Amino acid sequence: MAQAQALERLLPQLANGEPALLHRGRFLDVTFLLKIGPSEYLVRIHRGRIEAMQRGPHVQPRWTFALAASAAAWRTFWEPLPPPGAHDLIAMLKTGALTLEGDQHPFMANLRYFKELLALPRAKPEGQ
Amino acid sequence: MTGSPIPNFEAAIGRYLRLELDGQQHRLYVEEAGAGIALICLHTAGSDGRQFRALMNDAALRRHFRVIAFDLPWHGKSSPPEGWQDREYRLTSAAYVKCVLAVADAMGLEKPVCMGCSIGGRIVLHLALAAPQRFRALIGLESAAHAEPYYDLDWLHRPDVHGGEICGAMISGLIAPSAPARERWETIWHYMQGGPGVFKGDLHFYFYTEDGDVRGRLSEIDTAACPLYLLTGEYDYSCTPTDSRELARRIKGAKLTVMEKLGHFPMSEDPALFLSYLRPVLEEIRAAAG
Repeated sequence: MAQAQALERLLPQLANGEPALLHRGRFLDVTFLLKIGPSEYLVRIHRGRIEAMQRGPHVQPRWTFALAASAAAWRTFWEPLPPPGAHDLIAMLKTGALTLEGDQHPFMANLRYFKELLALPRAKPEGQ
Repeated sequence: MTGSPIPNFEAAIGRYLRLELDGQQHRLYVEEAGAGIALICLHTAGSDGRQFRALMNDAALRRHFRVIAFDLPWHGKSSPPEGWQDREYRLTSAAYVKCVLAVADAMGLEKPVCMGCSIGGRIVLHLALAAPQRFRALIGLESAAHAEPYYDLDWLHRPDVHGGEICGAMISGLIAPSAPARERWETIWHYMQGGPGVFKGDLHFYFYTEDGDVRGRLSEIDTAACPLYLLTGEYDYSCTPTDSRELARRIKGAKLTVMEKLGHFPMSEDPALFLSYLRPVLEEIRAAAG
């Protein structure tokens, strides 16, 4: 993972600098919880932009859905060429490495958006 | 002013075949290229025969094989049957087997090879059980004897989720990360173009129904009567290499190749790499033909 800075700064910066992603998410308004091992991040999206991303601990967090995986699972997912089964959110749901809780509708209705959003910290393979 | 332009057509020719299936008239779109041993290609759930475009464009393959791909009813340029508007589409293994045999009969194909991917990879197992004498060889791509559902299929067909968007996004991870962008997105586009509920209806027999599960009958498959080849991509998490290894272990004589850097749509997501795995198989089949 190309994480030179904290994820709560990196992900909004990457997402809000991707015009195609913002266009894809133009009808999306949702707050979701991203769990990376023991760390929890509340991500508030408005019209496809990340308006706020706050690292926990949170008091009475409100969210529509939550995505959770171990720190090691996310690290592998963010490798330039992740191994089979660790390379895709749906694959990780199948293996049990990732869990999805809450109201899944916004996640499923915007599945490409969320797959691309959460893959943004992935380092590009060498030569690309 | 120069002479008439020479159109840069590809080799494939497409035609519509009128066919009766289960007492209903169908209009099936069939594409083919090449001459020699007939090679019937069966597309994956929710897609169509365009997945085999690279095979039809391969001059070396066309020299010895007549590559044929048809779109299942409801898919691609094949129409759904009359009355479709009041039915929920659900594919059964019996209907799929009948369709393959009916196309082979209608086109007068003698001892074709049949190669199917995913649900098509399952159907070649059914063909191996039901009609091995009809085929020169069978090739299962991403083939498993059964599959466990790993997401709620209802997401694929409901008015508050765009069918094309969800089908494309759902399958995108089944493509290996190393696949060339052009072929990756072409593969996804075919999924985005599927009719409402068609991908879900295809998966019905694949995931749920007992009629699709052939685990109990694998020992009946006679690879001496009809050779069976299995090729599975390492990035396929729907039919995993482990699933195909289990299948190969239980079918005496089945020949399995696990394909590195390929996923669930090898012929479409990275055709050049897939052909490097397919050519030796086709050469072996051709050598056996004498």
